[in-house]
Amino acid sequence: MSAQPGGTGLPGAVWQRVRIGTGLLPIVAALVGIWLVLGAINPAFLAPENLVNLTLQSAPVGVIALGVVLVLLVGEIDLSVGSLSGLAAAVVAVGSVTLGWPVALAIGVALACGVVVGLGYGALSTRLGLPSFVFTLAGLLFLAGVQLRVLGPLGSINLPFESWFVRSVQQGFLPAGVAWALVVAVVVASAAGQLAARARRRRADLACASVPQVAVRTFVLAAVLSLVVAYLYLGSARGIGYSVVLFALLVVVTDVLLRRTRWGRSVRAVGGDRRAAMLAGVPVRRTVVLCFVACSTLAALGGVLAAGRLGAANQGTGGADTYLVAIAAAVIGGTSLFGGRGSAWSAVLGVLVIQSIANGLTLMNVDQAARYMVTGAVLLLAIVIDMLMRKRREA
Amino acid sequence: MSGPVLSLRGVSKRFGGVRALVDVDADVHEHEVLAVVGDNGAGKSTLAGVLAGAHRPDAGQVLLDGRPVLLDSPAVARSLGIAAVFQELALVDDLDVVENVFLGHETVRGPLLDEVAMEREAWRLLDQLAASVPEVREPVRTLSGGQRQVVAVARALLGSPRVVVLDEPTASLGVRQTAEVLNLIVRLRERGHAVVLVSHQAGDLQAVADRILVLRLGRVHDVFDGDASYEDLLAAMTGAVRPGAPHRRGQR
Ligand SMILES: Nc1ncnc2c1ncn2[C@@H]1O[C@H](COP(=O)(O)OP(=O)(O)O)[C@@H](O)[C@H]1O
Ligand SMILES: [Mg+2]
Repeated sequence: MSAQPGGTGLPGAVWQRVRIGTGLLPIVAALVGIWLVLGAINPAFLAPENLVNLTLQSAPVGVIALGVVLVLLVGEIDLSVGSLSGLAAAVVAVGSVTLGWPVALAIGVALACGVVVGLGYGALSTRLGLPSFVFTLAGLLFLAGVQLRVLGPLGSINLPFESWFVRSVQQGFLPAGVAWALVVAVVVASAAGQLAARARRRRADLACASVPQVAVRTFVLAAVLSLVVAYLYLGSARGIGYSVVLFALLVVVTDVLLRRTRWGRSVRAVGGDRRAAMLAGVPVRRTVVLCFVACSTLAALGGVLAAGRLGAANQGTGGADTYLVAIAAAVIGGTSLFGGRGSAWSAVLGVLVIQSIANGLTLMNVDQAARYMVTGAVLLLAIVIDMLMRKRREA
Repeated sequence: MSGPVLSLRGVSKRFGGVRALVDVDADVHEHEVLAVVGDNGAGKSTLAGVLAGAHRPDAGQVLLDGRPVLLDSPAVARSLGIAAVFQELALVDDLDVVENVFLGHETVRGPLLDEVAMEREAWRLLDQLAASVPEVREPVRTLSGGQRQVVAVARALLGSPRVVVLDEPTASLGVRQTAEVLNLIVRLRERGHAVVLVSHQAGDLQAVADRILVLRLGRVHDVFDGDASYEDLLAAMTGAVRPGAPHRRGQR
């Protein structure tokens, strides 16, 4: 056998993981750098209480950015995620307050709106072949109009403070014990999974990670998670909010779907080279439609969380820069605008970068104008890096 | 002898004003290599595309086991047992070798991909092609032209399809690998597959072809037996010597 693996150098599966890991490393480094700079200028930024706030601010737009990652991966875009999140917030408020529905029903209807919009976009894209930039721009305006109509003349509706929904989004936090139990569970599950995979690959006579490599990875994971939990529960800090747990869960699930399922493989193939994917027998249309649906539904969920966090829905919910922040976050987090490359984790990292800058500059009493300019500069930097990496790969 | 596995009857296909195929009839049998030759632009790739579900004919029919089938997409053709290596290979550059070989037909274990089984099978297919691919977990953009072609051939062999359509599979291969691919084609025939081999290198074909279909300007110009002389083929391909009255040897 001329090409039997496992001989010299780093084995393939290990390389693959290293590659994926290093893809996110520069952004992690940038994030840590931003935190250190902001913390040096104003130590209040790094206070556990403030970082808890940062996570709470990040969750709703992070959920939206996660959806944006999916449409970017198939080489499309959705500019209407902000309007849709605003509409979803309005539906929750009007449904549960004005119409007196149970909150769960109102949330269900809001998410259903997302599904319907996503199906519509999917049809426009795959049946009529319209560019998503154009029809989601139309969607941005249209849905903003629907949002105003749903809210009605009042323009703002407060959610009852005592509803379970508002309470769990605003004041629901994992008890410290549960958080630590989760850390242990995740670390053990990860180590067990890696060892099981290693054993299977060994039996199949394929290259596999060495035990020390598994140990190092497990140790790094345990250290990072412990640090996060220890810090967020330090002193009077409230810890990890339920909306943050939901966001993290969605990211982990999406990451597994993208890396470990047939659907995820189709997504990367369609975004990388749509014609080649079609010729190889990938169900291109279904893949694209599902990404639009997932994006719209996540955008609606982000709007629901935003309403819960604010305890209200108004004309400004999901407006202004929401969609720009969500798209910028996905790109800053390392998901390519050109399709095919990216990770669910880029939603987390990108949103943390943008919200850290916004949060830090607010603490410094810097005005909105400067925040926009700094965020814009960071986005430009991310796009330039995306461009350069693409050129280098193709060279 | 049993009837053909795959046939074209009166197939025509135009792209705008270009008539890529005009009233084409063709048959492929099991245990047979049908070669398709012709000059550049003769319509060979279009013919391969019709067989593989990438092009829908404007007129005429595709028959599988004598029954008309609608090859809507490459996925449909594949599910009916017709696999193809397209001239442009149709590899996704960002995906690695294993991912490309199994693209659209991944092996799963429960809800998740079975990477171990896929990696093993990919090595098996590549070894069978004596491929010099050093690493199956590198993106295919890092491979040479010949290595990419071997990966595309390996993908077509996955799942042992009944009909294998190869559009210029040796175009960017070296001497040794060309021989290896031609060997493989012979083995496919021995195992009972029907093979359609498109090429404009008439020399290659004579080694393996049972019948040679010559396309010129989208029309079936002639069908030769596998032992046709190089001069005859060249003449038919280029029209340097006008053949006499229409004659179709070896057809049906
Ligand atoms: N997708 C297409 N769009 C427009 N014209 C095409 C397309 N594919 C092929 N053609 C035209 O059809 C003719 C036959 O092409 P092709 O089948 O690729 O020839 P060959 O493979 O024999 O070189 C050529 O004139 C080519 O320009
Ligand atoms: Mg061709």
